[in-house]
Amino acid sequence: MTTAPLDLFGVDGLLDDEERAIRDTVRRFGDHRLRPSVSEWFESGTVPARDLAKELGALGVLGMHLSGYGCAGTSVVAYGMACHELEAVDSGLRSLVSVQGSLAMFAIHRFGSQQHKQQWLPAMAAGEAIGCFGLTESDAGSDPGAMRMTARRDGSGDGADWVLDGSKLWSTNGTVADVAVVWARTDDGIRGFVVPTGTAGFTANEIGHKLSLRASVSAELVLDGVRLPADAALPGAHGLSGPLTCLNEARLGIVFGALGAGRDCLDTALAYAAEREVFGKPLSGYQLTQAKLADMTVALGSAMLLAVQLGRLKEQGALAPAQVSLGKLNSTRVALDIARECRTILGASGITSEYPVLRHANNLESVLTYEGTAEVHQLMIGQALTGLSAFR
Amino acid sequence: MRIVVCVKLVPDATASRSFEPDHTVDRVSVDGLLSELDEYAVEEALRIRDAASEDGEVVAVTMGPQAAADAVRKSLQMGADSGVHVLDEAIAGSDAPATSLVLAATLRKLGADTGPVDLVVCGMASTDGTMGVVPAMLAERLGLPQLTYANQVTVDDSNGAYRVQVRRDSDLATETVEAAAPVVVSVTDQINEPRYPSFKGIMAAKKKPVQTWSLSDVGVDPAEVGLSAAWTAVVSAEARPPRSAGTVVTDEGDGGTRLAEYLVEKKFV
Repeated sequence: MTTAPLDLFGVDGLLDDEERAIRDTVRRFGDHRLRPSVSEWFESGTVPARDLAKELGALGVLGMHLSGYGCAGTSVVAYGMACHELEAVDSGLRSLVSVQGSLAMFAIHRFGSQQHKQQWLPAMAAGEAIGCFGLTESDAGSDPGAMRMTARRDGSGDGADWVLDGSKLWSTNGTVADVAVVWARTDDGIRGFVVPTGTAGFTANEIGHKLSLRASVSAELVLDGVRLPADAALPGAHGLSGPLTCLNEARLGIVFGALGAGRDCLDTALAYAAEREVFGKPLSGYQLTQAKLADMTVALGSAMLLAVQLGRLKEQGALAPAQVSLGKLNSTRVALDIARECRTILGASGITSEYPVLRHANNLESVLTYEGTAEVHQLMIGQALTGLSAFR
Repeated sequence: MRIVVCVKLVPDATASRSFEPDHTVDRVSVDGLLSELDEYAVEEALRIRDAASEDGEVVAVTMGPQAAADAVRKSLQMGADSGVHVLDEAIAGSDAPATSLVLAATLRKLGADTGPVDLVVCGMASTDGTMGVVPAMLAERLGLPQLTYANQVTVDDSNGAYRVQVRRDSDLATETVEAAAPVVVSVTDQINEPRYPSFKGIMAAKKKPVQTWSLSDVGVDPAEVGLSAAWTAVVSAEARPPRSAGTVVTDEGDGGTRLAEYLVEKKFV
């Protein structure tokens, strides 16, 4: 008789029927549709993002926690559990969903005009249109305010065109996207723009040679005199709080998602240790192995309880940015530690693509630093605790 | 077209399953799920509804303990429009004749309450009992034609009346059989690829109507169902011993002979 790690914490009991049904559906979709191919996608560094987007859209995953415009309108925790199950397969697949739903769609949903919403959201929810998000630049990561991309008015009055120049880096889904939400410096502070990727002057170049998130499209976006109509600007976003609000939205998916990768590693290590015989008995029967398994379970379950708590706070509209930082910092660190520790249980097998463990570990190296590095989140928490900003 | 799909909650086959002291399946201590073979039936019912030129309706019907309602809920999440759950303690331990008795009575009440049913779709068997006879018994009790083990179902509504045609594939022949509605159809696991419930379907399911009926609501005497009324009795049930490691034949020039001897000894040839 064995018990699954998260069952020891009674995590299921914290979910309602709907959240469990959504979790089970994504798990099943992952097991049947994604798991059989994910190792191959990772090794070849290609992922059928367009096909997957349509399938995920049919399921209702894309923008699932948003309301209206063809979105399912689920709870925050349901969204978190969907991310958890997707990332249990691969962080790259959860990234596809995070960027589509929580960065691109959320930005349009929260800050866009009626026209933006009607033009893009139903197609994006269905996975017929793919979105990407351009904030980070080669010299502006943790300090997005240092961005160089500019948007200037050309023409007279309120109807003057916008002309965008500059480049963005690490834009997930970039080369497969139909629309980019791009942030640029204007005379009026930082503004967001809805940019159809077919606009003249827009190019996306895939970033190759990655050792992490290989089952995910990462791109450089180059905007060379991209001319947009006046109404391309997101009317509701002025200043850096716009993109940072989007990031906090996506980070909550990571809080749950990273732990999915951790859970998959731990499940793999448990199964391996039960089968693998060392000195004539199963590896799982040794005290050193059990100490590792117990410690990882404590860390994973505690992190999961925090994740659900943060999700519930968000549902009540009572989640502060520093609390998102708590979760993002904790989940990514816990998951990465678990992945590395599980690798030791698998021994040499742990470094092969036959098992998901090192693939998860490699992915989690990215998840640790994207959407706010661990250090940035430490500073966010530090600021909440001390009242002092130590960013500069 | 008004379609009823009969669904059953079965113990999760991936969990360790056991019997009650009376040799009935323990349905309490194991998580249940919609029988996989019934998912094909729900999917086919939804496809027939959606392909029809007129608006249609799919009603998911189940019987069994409180938890059995989950089978209806899953069907609603996949896209069925409403559900009926026959819940009565007396049902526990019912065999196939009793199951078909209750289902037939339920379908008659459905027809009387809300209009005639054109098509009844069932899975070809349950994944727990695996009798595979309920669809035929149900058709017999309702006096309806039965088209069983369908690998394909087509509905023709061109002449103002429904004609249902199915393809049955056996080892030796492929048969095309048809009947005028109303008709009972059972479908195999080859017929389609059941959909995942969409999140919108999951969200919408809780707002769909589910009626809970007792045996007296459907007009069945409790003495006719349940373990005590079963036509057959399970007198013992024991778990099979785990499979042994098998015999390893090391080829020392006589490998083929020894394999053949083994097969003869086990009466395989």
